[in-house]
Order: sequence, then structure tokens, then C-alpha cells
Amino acid sequence: MSKDTGPGAPRVRYAQQLGALLWKDLAIELRTRDTIAAMLVFGVLSLTVFNFAFELRAESLVLVAPGVLWVAVLFAGTLGLGRAYSHERERGSLEGLLLCPVDHSAIYLAKLLANLAYLALAEAVLLPVFDAFFGVEALQPGVVAVILLGTVGFASVGTVFGAMAVQTRAREVMLPILLLPVLVPVIIGSVKATGILLDGRPWSDTWVWVNLLIVFDVVYVAASFALYEYVLEDWG
Amino acid sequence: MAEAPAAEARGVTKRFGARAALRGVDVAVQRGERVALFGPNGSGKTTFLRIIAGLTQPTRGEVRIAGMDYRRGGQALRLRVGVTGHHPYLYDDLTAEENLVFYARMFGVSDPRGRAQAVLEAVGMAQRRRDKVRGLSRGMQQRVALARAMLHDPELLLLDEPDTGLDQEAAGQLGEYLVRGNGEPRAVIMATHDLRLGLRLCQRYVMLLGGRIAAGGSMAGLDADALEQAYAAATFQAGQQGRPAQRGQA
Repeated sequence: MSKDTGPGAPRVRYAQQLGALLWKDLAIELRTRDTIAAMLVFGVLSLTVFNFAFELRAESLVLVAPGVLWVAVLFAGTLGLGRAYSHERERGSLEGLLLCPVDHSAIYLAKLLANLAYLALAEAVLLPVFDAFFGVEALQPGVVAVILLGTVGFASVGTVFGAMAVQTRAREVMLPILLLPVLVPVIIGSVKATGILLDGRPWSDTWVWVNLLIVFDVVYVAASFALYEYVLEDWG
Repeated sequence: MAEAPAAEARGVTKRFGARAALRGVDVAVQRGERVALFGPNGSGKTTFLRIIAGLTQPTRGEVRIAGMDYRRGGQALRLRVGVTGHHPYLYDDLTAEENLVFYARMFGVSDPRGRAQAVLEAVGMAQRRRDKVRGLSRGMQQRVALARAMLHDPELLLLDEPDTGLDQEAAGQLGEYLVRGNGEPRAVIMATHDLRLGLRLCQRYVMLLGGRIAAGGSMAGLDADALEQAYAAATFQAGQQGRPAQRGQA
């Protein structure tokens, strides 16, 4: 048995570890489908409830529909992010990871990529349902781009706060309490840009909001990378 | 120059709020030396092992692994240490083999699959390697956890009650895991309530009571009865004094 070591210092490859961490999360999810199933059921149920509750007329549709879509995405996503660390918590496995010679940013990045994959899959199902319920043209490239931009900000912060919340006793309650106030700029930018596009206005009208989303995505991803180290220090 | 100890704790104190779990503990474990950590529940054994493993920071004091400070040694030190704790650190929905291949990749082992199979064979779990961990008994999970701790052939093994759930045969084989791939003995710190297991596997013992070292010494010349008497005497003395025994050097 040998290790991938150089002369004097260990050379454990970041990409290999990132790949292993991502494979582990996706393999477990593919077998259990715990997170995806919960997100899809909750998201579709939210849209169904909103559909019957609002009975929207054409003139009010564009005002309310973007908010409805994002509330469904946020509800489903928060549920998924809350489950992202359940496997690590239940069997003390995150401590097992902390015992490995791994850069904590690799653990964060793998969780973020897994969360982005779950959210993207949920959104891929929710968008056609939203389209069918509300009769708006949501399946257009601009809306998809805005949703992806909003999702990056959502998942980057949610991945950090998920790790913090799961260490508390009231973890199911704690995650939305921590997460939603920080996400306000991303939610506003996403809802506004989605509304403009659903109203049939040109993509150029969304620039203010899209720029806001891009700025907050960059800030949130960078801050999350920096913060994650400290979050893991407190684990256990 | 003398070789640095495999693990060294100097004046390690750990407080959880108002309660002190460890109070100025000094322990040095030489390379290849095996030390048993005895003590009743709540005496600080697990906390001590977690601090040596780098999972918990001491409130005061210093920990060195092979002469290096954990805070500065970082990832290089993790390659030197293998740990089994109260949790198996395994994923229920992955098979035993998948768990070990995953951890082998995390440790940068060159042939993860081959190494996983080798350690599974060493702990007698090769036949069940394709079973999900969820479906394994507590003892089998403990065997896989021991295999995980040995994957990267560490110089220092930290074992917290390693015989938990193991049948007699598996517990009897524990001694085989304390030798490295190159035939050198590993340094071991093993917390256990089983005095006879400690006597069989270790060369020295440290007895913790109330977070302090109450007694310690060589196992040479001790039999199980003498060790039980020493344990009882230290516990009685601490009880008589109404406080834990004085800080000691081990």
C-alpha cells in the first residue's frame, strides 16, 4: 500500500477528493431519493395550493406569478438544503471527513455542487408544472437563466447555513430563519427579473436585476468559501 | 537528537462551560508504544482522544503529533493518524467496500479499491463487502470502522473502545491491527473499560479520574488481578479525597 505522497509532504489531490465527495453525495441520493422526492412533492404541492388559492385573472397574473414560482422554489429548496447534511449528522460521518487530509473548501464545493444538482432537477420539474397551472410562458431561455442565477446564490448560502443549522436542536426551524433574511437581495432580483420576462418585455430590461444577482452570487459564493472553514471548526 | 514522541499532550485542559472534562493532562506516547487509557464513564477518555485526533480543541495546553503542532501540521498530520470513535464514521447507504474506497480516495491511497479489499480481508469482512452498512450488525460495522482507520496505514492509532460490539474472535484479532504494513508496530492510544484487553494489547496504562491522571505505569509484571486492584485503589483514593487524584505525569 502506498499513498500519493511527494518527497516530504503529502500530495493528496484536491480534484480527486472533490470527485469522491461529490460521488458519495450523489450515490447516496440516487439510492435513497430522500432529498429530491421531498423537494418535488413539496414544490408541486405549493404550486397546486397557490393555483387554487389565487384563481388569477390575466391582469394580475404577471404581478403574482413570479412570486409564486420563487416561493415554491424557495420552499422546496430550503427543505432540500436542510437534508443535505442529514447523512453526515446521523452517523458522525462529517467527523470522519474532518479526520481526512482534505481542504474544507473541497467539502463545501462538493456539497454546493450536489445541492445545485438537486435544485436544478427540482426546478426542471417545477417550471413545466408552473407553466401548466398559470398559463404563462415560463419555459424560455431568459427565465431559465434568471432561475439558475438565483439558484447559485440560494445554494451557496444555503450550503453554509445548512451546516450551521444541522448542529442545532431546532435544525428544521433554524435553517429558514438564518437563510431567508440573507437571501432577500437574491429573492428580490430573481422575482423582479422573472416578472419582466414573463410580462414579455425584452431581456435588456432585466439588466439591473440580473447584475444585482450576479454581484450577490459572486459575493455569496466567496463569503461562503471563507466562512465554511469556521463552521466546520465548531462541528462536533 | 531523540525522536519526537508519536503523540504528546502537555497540560491539556478542556472545559465545557463550567465543567472541566480534562484538567492539565500530560501524556507522551513514544513511536510504536501502545498505551491503554482506563477510567470510569465521564473520566475524560473520549475527550482526550478527540483532542489528540484534532476533532476538539483544548481549552489550554498543547498537543503535538510526531513533534508537530496540530494547528500547524494540518493535512500532513491527518495522514499519520487513524481513529475509531463512538461513531463508525460510515455511510449507511453505501456498501462496506464503497465506504472504504471513498475514504481511501480522501486519504490519497494509490490503489483505493485494492487497499479497501485488503483491509476488509484483514478484518474478516471480505465476504460482506457488497452489503450496505445499514444491513450490517453493530459488530460488523465496528470491523469496517477498524478497517477504515487502517486504510492509510497510520503511524498512530486512536481507538475509543475498539471492542464494542465485536465477538470474541474479532476482539482476539485486535492485536493484528496494531502492526503497520512495513512490520513496524503502530503507536496506539486505546480507551477501554476492559482492563484485560488493555493488559493484553498495551505496554503501559494511564488511568483518568475526573479529568486528571490518577495513576499510570508499565504493564510489565502486572496480571489482570493486579491491574484491577490498581484500578480499584485509584478509584477508592479519589473517592476518599472527595476530589479527583492529583495531576500526574505519564
